[in-house]
Amino acid sequence: MAQDTYTEFATTGVGKKLTKALGLPQPAKLRRYRPGAPLIHGPVVLIGSTEASDALARHLLSWGLDVRRHVGPKEQVAAVVAMFDAVSTPADLSETVLAVGGLLKQLKSCARVVTVFRDPAQSQLPAERAARKGVEGLTRSLAHEMRAGGTANGVMLDAGVDVAAPSAAGALRFLLSGRSAFVSGQFITVGSDHGMLPTDWEAPLQGQTAVVTGAARGIGAAIARTLHRDGAQVILVDVPAAGEQLAEVTNEVGGTALQLDITRDDAGERILQHAQQYYGRLDIVVHNAGITRDKLLANMDAARWDSVIAVNIESQLRMNRALLDSELFSRPEGRVGPRIVSLASTSGIAGNRGQSNYAASKAGVIGMVAASSAELQARHGTINAVAPGFIETEMTAKMPFATREVARRLNSLSQGGRPEDVAETVAYLASPAAAGTSGMTLRVCGQNLVGA
Amino acid sequence: MAATPRDAVIIGGNRIPFARAHGAYANASNQDMLTSALKGLVARFGLQGEQLGAVAAGAVLKHSKNFNLVRESALGTPLDPRTPAYDVQMACATGTEAIGSLANKIKLGQVDSAIGGGVDSISDAPIVVSDALRAILMEATRAKSTGQRLRALAKIRPGHLAPRAPGTGEPRTGLSMGEHMAITADKWGITRQEQDELAVASHRNLAAAYQDGFFDDLISPFNGLSADNNMRADSSLEKLTKLSPVFGKDLGANATMTAANSTPLTDGASAVLLGSEEWADAHDLPKLANFVDYEHSAVDFVDGAEGLLMAPTYAAARMLQRNGLTFEDFEYFEIHEAFASTVLAQMKAWESEDFCRTTLGLDRPLGSIDRSRLNVNGSSLAAGHPFAATGGRIVATLAKLLHGKPGKLGFISVCAAGGQGITAIIEGR
Repeated sequence: MAQDTYTEFATTGVGKKLTKALGLPQPAKLRRYRPGAPLIHGPVVLIGSTEASDALARHLLSWGLDVRRHVGPKEQVAAVVAMFDAVSTPADLSETVLAVGGLLKQLKSCARVVTVFRDPAQSQLPAERAARKGVEGLTRSLAHEMRAGGTANGVMLDAGVDVAAPSAAGALRFLLSGRSAFVSGQFITVGSDHGMLPTDWEAPLQGQTAVVTGAARGIGAAIARTLHRDGAQVILVDVPAAGEQLAEVTNEVGGTALQLDITRDDAGERILQHAQQYYGRLDIVVHNAGITRDKLLANMDAARWDSVIAVNIESQLRMNRALLDSELFSRPEGRVGPRIVSLASTSGIAGNRGQSNYAASKAGVIGMVAASSAELQARHGTINAVAPGFIETEMTAKMPFATREVARRLNSLSQGGRPEDVAETVAYLASPAAAGTSGMTLRVCGQNLVGA
Repeated sequence: MAATPRDAVIIGGNRIPFARAHGAYANASNQDMLTSALKGLVARFGLQGEQLGAVAAGAVLKHSKNFNLVRESALGTPLDPRTPAYDVQMACATGTEAIGSLANKIKLGQVDSAIGGGVDSISDAPIVVSDALRAILMEATRAKSTGQRLRALAKIRPGHLAPRAPGTGEPRTGLSMGEHMAITADKWGITRQEQDELAVASHRNLAAAYQDGFFDDLISPFNGLSADNNMRADSSLEKLTKLSPVFGKDLGANATMTAANSTPLTDGASAVLLGSEEWADAHDLPKLANFVDYEHSAVDFVDGAEGLLMAPTYAAARMLQRNGLTFEDFEYFEIHEAFASTVLAQMKAWESEDFCRTTLGLDRPLGSIDRSRLNVNGSSLAAGHPFAATGGRIVATLAKLLHGKPGKLGFISVCAAGGQGITAIIEGR
């Protein structure tokens, strides 16, 4: 990874003063999840007096949080949860919004604002839909305004889903925690009451088996480490040529290595066979393996185009078919069903010069995930995508200095994310507490301006 | 077959790609390579923190500082440090001997799990000082006074300083292995054409196996190399015919052994995981095959009574007799290609009525080996031959070939320096 010298300087005492005086970006040291550390340091203020918020408050209290309805004018606040679940016309936003606004100057560093509201698309009433859509707009704007590593995100509920449903609580907890350090300006949709909250929040994947493709390095290795930390047994897959590094990561996380080219016709079957042999179960599949073969479309050749499509999306479609047709992966057996998490990219959302092949494959992932959701949900499972923005990896370290420096600052947190940030989101989506969230693409980009 | 108390199961293997000497692994030590092969094996089978019954392996060429090579290598892996490990050495039979003896321990119930293998490096070969210089240095070490020490050291002459690299020559005959083999090849009338054909088949079979992904779970890369770099997928008879002989040149027109139908000097390491059936089941590990039996033999090559590399023919005869088997009972044959002519001479001997009756003392010849069952995924001519690592390569390859074919048998033959040989039987499951 390339060193982010600017952020290191800007987080020193002198650096803070100087960057402020010059009006330069002020990246903060982000609060990241550490097992054993408190979920969040300081009071969490719950705004909005709906009945439903009481149920949500009970969750927060059960997590040992300092939940308040009001705080004193001088008190520091760690997070604000704003309930907009009952708005029926844009005028209804005012009271809660202004209450949130009044607290912004009291926010600690790396604070959180989470809005809770219902899916606009599900309302056919113009005023109600306008109000709900308004929450999206204000949340995104607030994310831009947050300072010192703070983020603002939303939890968007489907019509029939209770505000205190397991996955609504799970999404809220994720957004409050350090796991979502590099997630800002995003919405987590909760489409069903599926899911359950773990008894041990530090090991939500206990007893489960996960497979991670492209696990030898970078984001894939971070995902393997994170899933292992969260209690899962991990099968690490990468191409045979990456076997030496794959063995290192595998031995670090106590997993098993499977050297496999995922573009093989029988890749899905091989993964199933391995999971059956070594663990007798397979709960989570993370499609992380991907390649780039950048070229302007005018200069694109078939080899570059076809290999990117084959590795980044065709292989996933084929493996998913084999996985979903298998007893091992698709059988719910009273527990939470199968979970698939695919790596998309902000390039797949916004497009990127020189990446028509990559963007096509990653946009393809977003489409695949949306279209596969019904099949997974029918088995109490989920399929989601994670779209990383600028992440500090070996790959981005190879970018020209100036390009990299600009790319880092082009988001609301003014810094690049880490592979662990992507991994935390993957682990959250794979957890039983996210069983009600499916078919969506969650960006881990610090609210990158590109494709927002 | 002879009944044993319990089965010794071959669970799987891992090797690093084999590299031509002074190439990809020029700066890697035996310990680096063996550690890498072991780490890959641990990762493949999830053995992190596992206390195994034993790790046995060895190197033919090793530094005196590597007196505990295998233990030191095992300590560099995530295996439980309480796993005992020891060095084995039987020239090119080292790997097979290590695996065979561990299989015996498992059968007897002495251990439940083990890793056997081997490593060799020509690139990291121990270069030693001459015997004369060594004598002087030892005398200086024993000296009790400075004067004595200086007097001893004063005996050093420039000629003493020439370093000595280990060779592949036989100490008792002064002939290289290739020269020995050339004599045997001539005696058995092995033609240049059949040697070249065997070499081409080895390269093509190995390349096809790579293409099929056969080695995906048998090899893990090392030092940037992900496949054996001696392999020539485009090898052809036309190309090989053009080469001049390098061994047996004094045979004139009868010289047949070239660089292509002889194995190159190679660096590499291999490891094979073995266990009892119960241990494999308890750890949810695959069971590819059983290691059924193995046999050693040695011949009197010094006086020229037998060819240096013909010992496996004797071991095979005894081993098959003991198990009541003939060649017809075998599905696959793995005959180590020290030289193409080694394989061909052994096969001719087993076909020979006279040799089998008179020399091996059998009722009838062991028979001919169907070429379509011989070294089907390539052998040492293509993969290379890091001496002690070859056994592990062969055992793991054959076990995988026999997996899913319960009861089908595989035959292994490996010749070794000093006129020794080793053969083994593996049974699919």
